[in-house]
Amino acid sequence: MPPDSASSQASGLPISPVAGDALHRLRDLALSESGFVFDPFSGATFSVNGTGKAVLEALRDGVAPEAIPELLGERFAPAGGAATHAAPDLSRDVADFIAQLRRLELLPAPEPA
Amino acid sequence: MSPPAASATVAVTGLNATDNPGPGVGVIRALRHVADDGTGPFGGAPFTGRIVGLAYDALEPGVYARDLVDDVYLVPYPSQGIEALRERLWEIHAETPLDAVIPTLDAELPAFIALAPELAERGIATFLPAEGQLALRSKVRLSELGTGHDLPVPRSRAVSTAQELYELDEEELPFPLWVKGAFYGAERARNVHEAVAAFHRVVAKWGLPVILQEEVVGEEYDVVAVGDGAGGLVGAVPMKKTLLTDKGKGWAGVVVGDPTLVELAGRFMAATDWRGPCEVECVRDEHGQYRLLEINPRFPAWCYLSAGAGQNLPAAVLRLALGETVAPMRDLLPGTMFVRISLDQLTSIADLQALAGSGALHRAPSSEAP
Repeated sequence: MPPDSASSQASGLPISPVAGDALHRLRDLALSESGFVFDPFSGATFSVNGTGKAVLEALRDGVAPEAIPELLGERFAPAGGAATHAAPDLSRDVADFIAQLRRLELLPAPEPA
Repeated sequence: MSPPAASATVAVTGLNATDNPGPGVGVIRALRHVADDGTGPFGGAPFTGRIVGLAYDALEPGVYARDLVDDVYLVPYPSQGIEALRERLWEIHAETPLDAVIPTLDAELPAFIALAPELAERGIATFLPAEGQLALRSKVRLSELGTGHDLPVPRSRAVSTAQELYELDEEELPFPLWVKGAFYGAERARNVHEAVAAFHRVVAKWGLPVILQEEVVGEEYDVVAVGDGAGGLVGAVPMKKTLLTDKGKGWAGVVVGDPTLVELAGRFMAATDWRGPCEVECVRDEHGQYRLLEINPRFPAWCYLSAGAGQNLPAAVLRLALGETVAPMRDLLPGTMFVRISLDQLTSIADLQALAGSGALHRAPSSEAP
């Protein structure tokens, strides 16, 4: 009989069975609309803002880390191209965030060059 | 022939539900657990039997949980010996026939294990490890168990004299390390002087031998598990503590889904043919590897969590004790939490008088039980 996840679904925090594979830690994260994150593998919880949530969702959709700054720029840039001026900061911030995910073992380490 | 587990009369110990609680209340709540969909843990049916609390003191808080415990009897402390326990259990059984008993405290387990055959002859079922299995996972022999069965245990060594601490090879067992009693107690020692002082304190409180154990730094994870006695794993629920008391006891925790923890519990069962419940204490070190610190040979105080996480392990133990078949449970609900609460129970001095005076307290008969 499959586990009853009705209560977790009702709270907006879908929690799926854990694959247990370090490569899939990100996929197994339970991410709510409000930015609450639960890692069912380790039991750790985090909070992310809207931008962080967008990054997590992009990574889970298979977007390559290096493509995320551009994606965020398109998604969040106001009319007028202000994102262009913020691009270096954006790339650095995304890189910092991804480094955090790797330190938390939510993303595998990058392949050696 | 044993009755169905769902309607059995079950004795449970460990009702000292204080700030360092025994497991008894957790076991009882699991037995009585009804899921949100109205189903119970006995093939979908709820528990309709009787719970008999066995208490060492008239003020053990679990005694006064009238929605959990139907009858209460005082029993002698383990220090009074197996004969005293045997006599008292026969007295209780004559008055309130028991179908099963689930002991939950370390100190009483040897006596219940020794009495298990006699209990069975009288129709009182248990589901306990053998005496040899109990010894195999002891703190003294954990290192040997790890080496012999490829279980990841920290380096440790049993000592009986303070002199052995001065002669310690720090390459074999570096500081800081933990100085532990054979059953209870643990103190951290940063150097040989602290270790010697801790040694004497541990000996004074818990006796010999004293175990020196390598310090493993990392996050603690615990697993409540049940072995089927034939090397198989009936079920396992891993948990990470999220709130600790000032005594380091878990006051809140969350189920985690790391399959490595379940696998580790399974390897322990296979290595020992463990029969019954246990708690596997692990630490995940800085390299992401789990080290098995201790095996407690009974349910932990947080075992009720298993009922909400998809594997009601106390109910499974009762069913196994009474000869029912329990299929291995592997469904798990990561994110299920327990958050402990202190609450005041209202009762009458008459209840205390009954227990303290006659050693027994009876509530409504089974037909009127909640």
